[in-house]
Amino acid sequence: MSTLNRRGFMKVSGALVGAMMAAGLVTGHAFAADYPTAKVNTTGLAVTDTTVKVGILHSATGTMAISETGSIQAEKLAIEQINAMGGILGRKIEVIQEDGASDWPTFAEKAKKLLEKDKVASVMGCWTSASRKAALPVFEKDNGLLFYPTFYEGLEQSKNVFYTGQEATQQILAGLDWIAKEKKAKTFYLIGSDYIWPRTSMKIARKHIEQHLGGKVVGEEYIALGDTQFGSVINKIKLKKPDVIYAAVVGGSNVAWFKQLNAAGLNSSKQTMLTISVTEDEVLGIGGENLAGFYSAMKYFQSQDNDANKKFVEAFKKRWGKDAVIGDVTQAAYLGPWLYKAAVERAGSFDVDKVQAALPGYEFKDAPEGPVTVEANHHLTTKLRIGQWGKDGQAKVVYTSGYIKPDPFPKGYQ
Amino acid sequence: MTLWEKMCASDLLGGKQGVIGLAVLAAVIFLVLPLGVDIFRLNLIGKYLTYAFVAVGLVLLWGHGGILSLGQGIFFGLGGYAMAMFLKLEASDPITTKIQSTPGIPDFMDWNQLTALPWFWEPFKSLPFTIFAVLTIPALFAYIIGYAMFKRRVGGVYFSIITQAVALILSILIVGQQGYTGGVNGMTDLRTMLGWDIRTDSAKYILYYANGLLLFGAIFLSKYVMSSKFGMLLLAMRDKEERVRFSGYDVSNFKIFIFCLAAMMSAVGGAMFTLQVGFMSPSFVGIVPSIEMVIFCAVGGRASLIGAVYGTLLVNYGKTVFSETYPELWLFLMGGLFIAVVMFFPNGIAGIWDKYATKYGWFKDKAVTAKKPEVSTTGVETHAVLTETLSAEAAAATESTDVAASVKKTTRKKAAISSPNIRGAEA
Amino acid sequence: MFGYSMAEIGNIVVMQGFSGLSMFTVLLLMALGLAIIFGQMGVINMAHGEFMTIGAYTTVMISKVAASYGFTDYYFIFAIIIAFGLAFAVGYLVEFAIIRHLYKRPLDTLLATWGLSLVMQQIFRSTFGAKEVSAELPEWMLGSVNPTPDIDIPINGLFVMGLAALVTFGVYMFMYKSRWGLRVRATVQNRTMAGAVGINTAKVDRVTFALGCGIAGIAGAAFTTIASTGPTTGTLYIVDSFMVVVFGGAASIVGTIASAFGIAQAQSVLQFFMTSSMGKVSTLLAIVTILMMKPEGLFASKLRK
Repeated sequence: MSTLNRRGFMKVSGALVGAMMAAGLVTGHAFAADYPTAKVNTTGLAVTDTTVKVGILHSATGTMAISETGSIQAEKLAIEQINAMGGILGRKIEVIQEDGASDWPTFAEKAKKLLEKDKVASVMGCWTSASRKAALPVFEKDNGLLFYPTFYEGLEQSKNVFYTGQEATQQILAGLDWIAKEKKAKTFYLIGSDYIWPRTSMKIARKHIEQHLGGKVVGEEYIALGDTQFGSVINKIKLKKPDVIYAAVVGGSNVAWFKQLNAAGLNSSKQTMLTISVTEDEVLGIGGENLAGFYSAMKYFQSQDNDANKKFVEAFKKRWGKDAVIGDVTQAAYLGPWLYKAAVERAGSFDVDKVQAALPGYEFKDAPEGPVTVEANHHLTTKLRIGQWGKDGQAKVVYTSGYIKPDPFPKGYQ
Repeated sequence: MTLWEKMCASDLLGGKQGVIGLAVLAAVIFLVLPLGVDIFRLNLIGKYLTYAFVAVGLVLLWGHGGILSLGQGIFFGLGGYAMAMFLKLEASDPITTKIQSTPGIPDFMDWNQLTALPWFWEPFKSLPFTIFAVLTIPALFAYIIGYAMFKRRVGGVYFSIITQAVALILSILIVGQQGYTGGVNGMTDLRTMLGWDIRTDSAKYILYYANGLLLFGAIFLSKYVMSSKFGMLLLAMRDKEERVRFSGYDVSNFKIFIFCLAAMMSAVGGAMFTLQVGFMSPSFVGIVPSIEMVIFCAVGGRASLIGAVYGTLLVNYGKTVFSETYPELWLFLMGGLFIAVVMFFPNGIAGIWDKYATKYGWFKDKAVTAKKPEVSTTGVETHAVLTETLSAEAAAATESTDVAASVKKTTRKKAAISSPNIRGAEA
Repeated sequence: MFGYSMAEIGNIVVMQGFSGLSMFTVLLLMALGLAIIFGQMGVINMAHGEFMTIGAYTTVMISKVAASYGFTDYYFIFAIIIAFGLAFAVGYLVEFAIIRHLYKRPLDTLLATWGLSLVMQQIFRSTFGAKEVSAELPEWMLGSVNPTPDIDIPINGLFVMGLAALVTFGVYMFMYKSRWGLRVRATVQNRTMAGAVGINTAKVDRVTFALGCGIAGIAGAAFTTIASTGPTTGTLYIVDSFMVVVFGGAASIVGTIASAFGIAQAQSVLQFFMTSSMGKVSTLLAIVTILMMKPEGLFASKLRK
């Protein structure tokens, strides 16, 4: 009976939340009775007969709050939807939100607090690689469970983390292949902010361009985080006249970069650019008019046309205001609670070891981005999409790749 | 004379009140906190106490020397990074890093296509060298900065702004040279020291106590410096620099010395931070942490060593509590704290405590009526007494510009200078 | 030469020269307000960046209003005036509430204004949200002018340049050609005497401080054309601003101009030949080294303290 019921729950979609609420509650209780707390929680997590505690750990303050707010909203939305459906194994999710304050040690401190004091069953959180790297030893030592939403540089695989964003090769290779073919591009100019993710991404991009595409990298440039003066860099680009600018500029610099590029006459009619760091969230700051015509390589765009996404966008806007936009990471963050729910239900237990073992192999069909599969290396198999930005701040998907398996330690690209 | 009386009479400890203050702090750090909170909170407190090293250094430098450095994060970071380099090398043995293209070097080097350990990393394979580096490199760096600036009489605001710029430069460099430094991620996942797992609960207790003892060492060292003639000179310099200079002292050497000492203390704090927290990142080197550390000191009372420790604990505890419950309010509170402390309580907690202690006659000390040095430049009485003693010894001191020597020469003319105004400085 | 034609190199030199000039005007706008507050009054205003942010948010808000009422083409003029007015008003209040109590303790103004900057950042965040926003620029300000087909001169750069020239001229006229400026300079040189001859020094202080903040507001408005606005935008500019003022010699407006020019050209050229991070580091290092040699800055005032 339980299997049937679980299936039933899986298929429930956000639009039917109201109607399902009562049903969820009723069967929810039956559920909890099926899974006595003593059995599903043998390691002393904060799981009672009616609730399960889950942590959310992002920056609500500081420079990263700009980016992480969307993830917090998506995770809360998913959790509310799951609760409205009766929770996980009949237990409502109780959120404990902590603020990482854009400060990496604080992430480690708060992760420790969530795991050791609150005994949360899992954590949705972290955004930057630096915060993940800081918190990771805590998760490994305390055997916690982290769902990490951001696309990132790879070179990592922890049994305590599920990576719901793309690792570098998933985001880079197919995009470069497409632009080389589509635009007949031979020369590339690589530019990124000066930290690990852009540097690793550019390393992979350079190898791919030089060894597989037969192209040439004519320049590689890293901008100090927060720098807003791009005059000299733009002049260097003008001198080199690359076919494609491949960009991974982040944060406040990103906005200045596009504004100044445009002002210097390098708009999309004169210059092809593929970026791996611009999502709908960034467009708010950059302004659609500065971005129109350029391409982004992401696994998700808000404009994607499928039922799951339409429901997701509608629910998100209903919950967080009609002006809310949804970027790639926000969508990946939304997957976290759903994957956790599925994993617990597959395992029939909240025990971290069992949940870890149960999730790989699971295919989440109702993901807004389209079906994704959790692989044994804790990353997701996804598709890559190229979106071309319009003035309204939305991207039109111009290319969708096939399924790409995650490969966090790519051979030949290190 | 019993031991108690001896201690109370000791100038080093600052009279009866000083002894009681130290005893209470010791009880809090070594007994109350370890018994009262669990290991998670205790580890946090241990982390805060590493900032207290910086705050204690700032009491010397700023509270007593009038030199406001906005770059103490530089030294905290250098100390922390030195320790982190040692631990990182130990964590990167060829077996655990066999997945890398070059096993045996730290992971971030491998990601940045380095194929061999850079030369300046080599000596950090040795713990004695690392400890030596923690103590000397930041001090040396401080010496260079201090020498360049104090010799040219750069002071006050300019010194603050330049130290701030140096902090910025260093943090950009660390972030930019990520193949050598780990970049913005810092050095993470540090596990063992000479095979001893620093992540276990027992290790955390041991490190906490070691940290506490070192902090007391720093406090005693500071008290020693402050109760020596050197301490008097510092106060005098803070209040009337020219007068001290005209008395024949080489003011810049004193400033350089105190800057180096404060840097060294910060570095020890940084090293202990790395050990207790398990990583080091550039976010401790930059401008923001450097200024935050000044506020720890200001809240505690910029002239009071013990106050600085309490200030550090209080602000950080507040930060943790508030950011857990009201993350939005935290910045308001922190900002408000800055403004309020500066405007209404320039002597911080220590100042408030003193006010009530004297008002209600707590810890009445026969020999000493406690009065702390004012923060503003109004210590007129202090000058009078000071310049008297100073001029008496000026002849002796002018010959030697060597700071260490002049400190050593501190003839214990306590009878002459133990005026109530100055005694308060030692609390 | 290096596989490029002379024409190409010529074009780059022109554009590079312009980007140096453009950086110069940006630095100048940032530093002018500070030069008045720090140079004339000796107050270290760490919240200077947040006053710029006030101007920037004002511009963004007005651009939204303009977009809905259809006067996007020329809203910028209003935006600049209102940005100045708002920042001026806030500065006036801040001087009254905080700064005037701390004139005798310059290092303490540093801490108090740092606290103020934290509070202001949180106010921005609570009011406008954590996300970065951007002012919608009028059509005419987008793109570039092309004196020849291969040379692009950004229009927003030209705009900032013109504004900087105007503000600098205004500050100069105010400080050296107006009665107010006379009072300000008198107060700076000898407060007691100034008071004795009937100048209301408290009022002079307040207006001077507010004026510096107002100019920061204009700078903030101008920066919306080249970068975005967020609660912590101000922190990006503060250190650069201080370096410009200190490097130029605190009490001298000419010094501020010269130092902004020097720093901008150095950084611009270095960033062309080195990586951007290293260009910035080298510039800062050079400034610090020169300041250590010549602590009073390039154009020290002849005044003795």
